[in-house]
Amino acid sequence: MQNTSLESLIPEAERDFAACANINDLEQAKAKYLGKSGSLTEAMKGLGKLSNEERPAAGAAINVVKQAVEAALKARRDAILLAEQEKQLAGESLDVTLPARGQGKGGLHPVSLTLARVESLFHSIGFDVAEGPEIETDFYNFTALNIPDNHPARAMHDTFYVDAKDGSLDYVLRTHTSPVQVHYMQDAMKNKSDMPLKIIAPGRVYRVDSDATHSPMFHQVEGLWVDENISFANLKGVVQDFLQRFFERDDLQVRFRPSFFPFTEPSAEMDMSWNGGWLEIGGCGMVHPEVFKHVGIDAEKYRGFAFGLGVERLTMLRYGVNDLRHFFNNDLRFLQQFGR
Amino acid sequence: MQFSEQWLREYTNPAIDTDALSHLLTMAGLEVEGLDGVGAAFTKVVIAEIISAEKHPDADRLQLLKVNVGAAEPLQIVCGATNARVGIKAPCALVGAVLPGFEIKQAKVRGVESFGMMCSEKELGLAAESAGILELPADAPIGQDIREFLGLNDKLFTLKLTPNRSDCLSLVGIAREVAALTGAELALPNAEAIKATINDSKAVSVADKEACAIYSGRLVKGVNAQATTHAWMVRRLERSGLHSISAIVDITNYVLLELGQPMHAFDAAKLSGEINVRWASQGEEIALLNQQAVKLDKDMLVIADNTGAIAFAGVMGGASTAVSDSTQDIFLESAFFTPDTIAGKGRRYGISTDSSYRFERGVDYGRTLQALERATALVLEICGGQAGPVTAVAGTLPVRAPTKLRMAKLNSILGINLEESLVAKLFDQLGFAYVLKAGVFEVSPPSYRFDIEREEDLIEEIARLHGYDNIPAIAPVADLRMLPDSEAHAARHVFQDALVANDYQEVVTYSFVDESWERDLLANANPIKLKNPIASNLSVMRSSIWGGLLDVLVYNLNRQQTRVRLFEIGATYHHAANNTYAETTRISGLAYGDALPEQWGEAARSVDFYDVKADVDTLTFGRAEYVAAEHPALHPGQSAKVMLEGKPVGWIGKLHPKWQQHYQLPKGAVLFELDFAALQQYKVPTYAEVSKFPPIRRDMAVLVDEKVSVGELLNAMQGAKVEFVTEVGLFDVYRGKGIPDNQKSLAFFVLMQDTQKSLTDAEADKAMADLLDVVKKQFAAELR
Repeated sequence: MQNTSLESLIPEAERDFAACANINDLEQAKAKYLGKSGSLTEAMKGLGKLSNEERPAAGAAINVVKQAVEAALKARRDAILLAEQEKQLAGESLDVTLPARGQGKGGLHPVSLTLARVESLFHSIGFDVAEGPEIETDFYNFTALNIPDNHPARAMHDTFYVDAKDGSLDYVLRTHTSPVQVHYMQDAMKNKSDMPLKIIAPGRVYRVDSDATHSPMFHQVEGLWVDENISFANLKGVVQDFLQRFFERDDLQVRFRPSFFPFTEPSAEMDMSWNGGWLEIGGCGMVHPEVFKHVGIDAEKYRGFAFGLGVERLTMLRYGVNDLRHFFNNDLRFLQQFGR
Repeated sequence: MQFSEQWLREYTNPAIDTDALSHLLTMAGLEVEGLDGVGAAFTKVVIAEIISAEKHPDADRLQLLKVNVGAAEPLQIVCGATNARVGIKAPCALVGAVLPGFEIKQAKVRGVESFGMMCSEKELGLAAESAGILELPADAPIGQDIREFLGLNDKLFTLKLTPNRSDCLSLVGIAREVAALTGAELALPNAEAIKATINDSKAVSVADKEACAIYSGRLVKGVNAQATTHAWMVRRLERSGLHSISAIVDITNYVLLELGQPMHAFDAAKLSGEINVRWASQGEEIALLNQQAVKLDKDMLVIADNTGAIAFAGVMGGASTAVSDSTQDIFLESAFFTPDTIAGKGRRYGISTDSSYRFERGVDYGRTLQALERATALVLEICGGQAGPVTAVAGTLPVRAPTKLRMAKLNSILGINLEESLVAKLFDQLGFAYVLKAGVFEVSPPSYRFDIEREEDLIEEIARLHGYDNIPAIAPVADLRMLPDSEAHAARHVFQDALVANDYQEVVTYSFVDESWERDLLANANPIKLKNPIASNLSVMRSSIWGGLLDVLVYNLNRQQTRVRLFEIGATYHHAANNTYAETTRISGLAYGDALPEQWGEAARSVDFYDVKADVDTLTFGRAEYVAAEHPALHPGQSAKVMLEGKPVGWIGKLHPKWQQHYQLPKGAVLFELDFAALQQYKVPTYAEVSKFPPIRRDMAVLVDEKVSVGELLNAMQGAKVEFVTEVGLFDVYRGKGIPDNQKSLAFFVLMQDTQKSLTDAEADKAMADLLDVVKKQFAAELR
């Protein structure tokens, strides 16, 4: 009789628990069975009245019921909590397509993108980066590069002169990055640096020229490799390799045409194949012995090649820019096209 | 250098077409930068003679012509040209001819049949404008294709010659080069010595026989200065870009083009006494042929007579002795002046002539006399007259020292392996004399080559003739060694990337700027000036990048941008000791408009000092200190010097309201500029022990005077080295209710820690008391 009534508590509790919609109700329903005066608590208290022989079996029976009621309670509690959490999460859902918040992102100037690429490609075969002054002496810009006073090659340069207090024309805005070669080789000899000398020298250069295809300020990158056995064939190899890697085109053709620069001999203009024609991309040649003489390098033992590339030209071809003037107008609508 | 292909092919005619010739020249270093046709493309235009001309029955302005085009029957043509008359010859477009823009058909003109069209120069694309039909010489062969008669199937080459190749500044020179490159035969124009038929001559003296190594001249008397230049000569001159002026001038120009020898003709009647080639006296005046009166320097050579300078030697003749229509006797001059004598002299007056251009690069001194003979022959042929004997003063000619070429050097410089026999063959083609001994060529360059002085010059010649295309592209072989990479030196891209991540756009602005920017924004009264700026607003070198950034800001605001954040890394230029110059690389930025891009969920607010300060902190890796200071460009209360390790490295601040007004900016801009090299110095991180014990945090609020600098106060607390204190930070600034006027409440958090044990409350209390003591003493702070 007693057992029957105890066991009937299980379905009764399950029903009561199931009727609870929230945790508070469930706690109250729990008290009816497991609280201080709950039916199961009372049943346990009743064990004291039984004999020692009866007590273990009766206790075990109560425990079975108690565990079942507790299990039912936990199941219901978990279910209620889960439902509540689901309800809360449902209320917290976002429109994930709303735009992100916070600071925006800027971008680099396209000439910087090109210079970074050029530096990285040449760095990969061990070229260091060298720099030199932009306000340059006549000596470094011309004389040390085997362009003496009155040489017709000077007229090709359209030089900006600094208006010196003493009226001299000793300082110019460098017309090319080639003077960096001279500084670098001089320093290397002074510091007794080991051969080979391998540098590129990117930077601003200046010419008195301004129209749709000429800017009075533009960028060049100079390259120099001096060693005992470097040759014109190597010059062709390095320049061709560079242009093919820079434009990521293995089929890019590079053409070398005889030309004249006072600081290289033999000299060449470099053309590359582009849209079925040829485009001039820079000048190059083997370092002239007069230049080696100015910096104290033995031209019998060492030789070198040097090249100069137009950075804006490379940039225009790489990104399809059709007007040089964009680079210095700094219109944000132009510049922002190069952000990434 | 521009020239006619037909003229060139008269001297050498390789079996290659025009395009192949062009490619050949370009790949030999004589870059063809222009290749143009002559006149327009047209067909079926022949030479016709007008045999009758009658009035059109129904039109006053038209004539009815009968013309002979060499066919069995004359053609009837209706013509509107007023110069169409019986007896003249003119081009006639036959039925079926295609002219620029239209086709000739048999047609009725006002009711009369017309079987062709008489043509003007304009209609044939030979001139922009023309009056009437093109009248041809009386001896023009009837029926001949006009293209053939006028040489219109010619092509015009324009060469971009490098300064070393003065030998190609003539048709003979280019022909010589083409023959060397192709092996084609070379047939140069004849120049036989003209026998004198009169005895008249001019005495010549030369003061400097090195500068003027040959001076030759002769009188030609009784010339007709108004003679008509041969049509073929006019055509060749025109196709080289020269206009026909008068027979005598045309002849001197023609010889210049043909042989590369600048010539001059004086009106002999205007010469007084003997010819003297001498240096000018300082300030000596001469009126030149181009109406320019110049004062010469004493390093300039002149041709003079008893009256003074009559020509600026090698540059331009003088006006006083110029030939004119009335000239009867001339003195023809052909001379050689060394390049050094002429180089740069005309340029001092902005003068560059065909003559000076050639002399300063080098003229063939082996043809001076030949040119004089050639010019004499042409004068006699075209203008008539009697030639006197040649007077020639020979001085010290340049020496063409034999130059050695070692086969080993040649091959090692080029990186190929040429055979001796091939090199010998190439020298033969070039016409260079040589002796070959044990792998060494000893080469004697010809008089027309001024660019062969050393071994490398010969190496270049051989490479050029062999063909640069025939030298392979070979990757160099070198030792593999890594480049040094200093971790204590941050690369440029670190800073570029940091600013890009903080929404700055990189720009590149000119290094030369408007002088007013230097004066206004930087109080720089003495910027570095350019002698020859490209424009007056680009006349001085910048000493700061801010002007350029503000310029870009204005440019973009004018294009409807409202939020602009810019930076540039570049040089600034400064005077240094002893009239020298120094350059500093700076990183410079500007922020304008809202602090954040327009977006939902964040209230819009203008960028301010502290926003940009965060960016400067990023660039300085948080090491910067800020000291309030004034700068001409900046708001006096919102500007600071940026310090790194106690040294000023730049500025940050809001643009001064007066400049904001000046630039008409609707809002304020915040600027910074920092010395780039200082930022790049970076400490390689070193390890410090991490405590196992938890840190204790205590907060403290103090009242201080409004003027107290928080930075200094923080520095003082951090610098006090109070035991266990590891970090002091500000978390609140409060003014207003409960705080007296002119004071502010600052709230700090203090982190304390010991690496060996947990701190006791007593130890923490002591540390806080010590900190409070520091701010009380130094800043009169009160605990709040």
